[in-house]
Amino acid sequence: MTVIEMHDLKKDFTVRVRAGRFRRRKRTVAAVDGIDLTVDRGEMVGYIGPNGAGKSTTLKMLTGILTPSAGTVRVCGLTPVPQRTRLARRIGVVFGQRSQLWWDLPLHESFTLLRHIYRVPAADHAARLARCRSLLDLDDFLDTPVRQLSLGQRMRGEITAALLHGPDVLFLDEPTIGLDVVSKQAVRGFLAELGQGGDVTLMLTTHDLADIERLCRRLVVIDHGHVVHDGTIEALHARYGSRRRLVADLDAPLPASFTLAGASLVASEADGHRVSFTLESTTAAEAVAALMASASVRDLSLVEPDIEDVVARLYASPGDTS
Amino acid sequence: MADLRAYGALIGGQFRSIASYRVSFLVEMSSNAMTTALDITTVLVLFGANRSVAGFSLAEALLVASLSSLGFALADMLVGNVDHLKTYVRSGLMDVILVRPLGSLWQLLCMDLPFRKALRVVLALVVLGVAIHLNDVDWTPGRVALLVLSPLAGLVFFGAIFVLSASLAFWWVDSGELGSAFTYGGRDFTSYPVPVYAGWFRAVFAYALGFGFVAYQPALALLGRTDPLGLPAWAGYLSPLVALVAAVVAALVWRAGVRHYRSTGS
Ligand SMILES: Nc1ncnc2c1ncn2[C@@H]1O[C@H](COP(=O)(O)OP(=O)(O)O)[C@@H](O)[C@H]1O
Ligand SMILES: [Mg+2]
Repeated sequence: MTVIEMHDLKKDFTVRVRAGRFRRRKRTVAAVDGIDLTVDRGEMVGYIGPNGAGKSTTLKMLTGILTPSAGTVRVCGLTPVPQRTRLARRIGVVFGQRSQLWWDLPLHESFTLLRHIYRVPAADHAARLARCRSLLDLDDFLDTPVRQLSLGQRMRGEITAALLHGPDVLFLDEPTIGLDVVSKQAVRGFLAELGQGGDVTLMLTTHDLADIERLCRRLVVIDHGHVVHDGTIEALHARYGSRRRLVADLDAPLPASFTLAGASLVASEADGHRVSFTLESTTAAEAVAALMASASVRDLSLVEPDIEDVVARLYASPGDTS
Repeated sequence: MADLRAYGALIGGQFRSIASYRVSFLVEMSSNAMTTALDITTVLVLFGANRSVAGFSLAEALLVASLSSLGFALADMLVGNVDHLKTYVRSGLMDVILVRPLGSLWQLLCMDLPFRKALRVVLALVVLGVAIHLNDVDWTPGRVALLVLSPLAGLVFFGAIFVLSASLAFWWVDSGELGSAFTYGGRDFTSYPVPVYAGWFRAVFAYALGFGFVAYQPALALLGRTDPLGLPAWAGYLSPLVALVAAVVAALVWRAGVRHYRSTGS
């Protein structure tokens, strides 16, 4: 079942730029420039791209905050801007840089206010809150005014606030930005658990690719308002030629003439005592066997490709991808 | 209106937020009382100096001024903080409001209700009571209804003006004080009998924009005076209608503004 549908979606902003001392010129920025994307129920989509790529603008159109300049968008079968209030009951939104909590009130009061705003039956509200309290460890600061919470505590509160009305879709815009390691882990663990149920559809933007690796099977990369990749992380690696590496510690350096079929030597460190091969057209097992046959191997490790590298390369040359 | 409870909860939240800064709340409340007292003195001094203004006695002019000030005080308390919209656009609160299942304008008003302005309403009520007492009103059921309705129409009318001027921020976040010049200018205009003004200025503000119907025409109807400018006696009863038109225009502009909202790049 399709939950999110974007068709040739566009958003332009007209900005005035200074041209000379007093003159100002109008310039149009195509923040989102023709995005086609569908997301099915229960999917967890990582929506990434460099700064200014149009991630937040897309989420704002999906949640009914911004009116698209062109194209169509549907979420849960609704058109976000005209059906904004109906859609609001079906979605949860977390902005890493904005707060939906009441700054001056104890955290638990925000949750009560949201229960009234969304008209959630008391029993449902209590059950959802209990789950968040235990999974996100909220108990220590439920009575603390939000303005006194640490960023990590507040973010855990924000995520709870977005879920208390039982949304079908959860949009998260940089939920881990600025968080300490422990809070990041807590947030990721919680979202992973949430996604496991398969009922909630999740779309998140992030700068921390570890979030994606942990949470999202599907990765959508955008740049300059265009989708430049849409698929699994493995597909991304396959497409951009990122390979696993075999790293071996040897008793003695390899002879200069040594070659490993289907793999190539990319690094030789510690006077040749540590070598790295990228595996191109061979399996790890074959490469290990071949290496062990011709050298005395002390230790071996297989290194998975690093998504950061792939994405960095992708950002550098998004043009030659489609 | 099943959402009424939700708005009530928002108002409660706002009240508890303010109350969490108890000291500053009390300080603001009392400084507010001071400004209000000053406002009233200004009116009295002004009318005290010239015993009659454009053919209106001090007591009659005070009725016009007090009807205007009660309507404005109500609107200022209930709707006035909509002019914080600029700040909410910048801070992103507007984004948060738009992802909740309630009307955006009502939410904004409930989340930023300045309770401290209640004192102004009370004082405006007292002045209206004094003005009624000073004038010899020939009470009929129609006039009683008018006395109740005109401050409410004033609330709606000024509320609409507040919303219209705040909506500028949807198109132009740096709209500055342009909007409030209009709002406070409007209040000052309605504080005096319309014959005080002349020419195109009077035509535009009193009739085309409807400011003449907020306090002046209802006051004439209450006093049973004929309008020196020639409008019939029932013109005073038009104030709710004029207010309704203003409210519809404001609602449409607000709606267009929300559609035009750009949020902020972050
Ligand atoms: N409210 C706005 N007014 C003008 N330009 C904007 C606005 N919001 C975003 N932009 C511009 O649109 C582009 C995309 O922004 P955004 O969606 O916030 O990017 P991301 O979230 O991917 O970093 C940027 O060039 C940004 O400057
Ligand atoms: Mg962003």
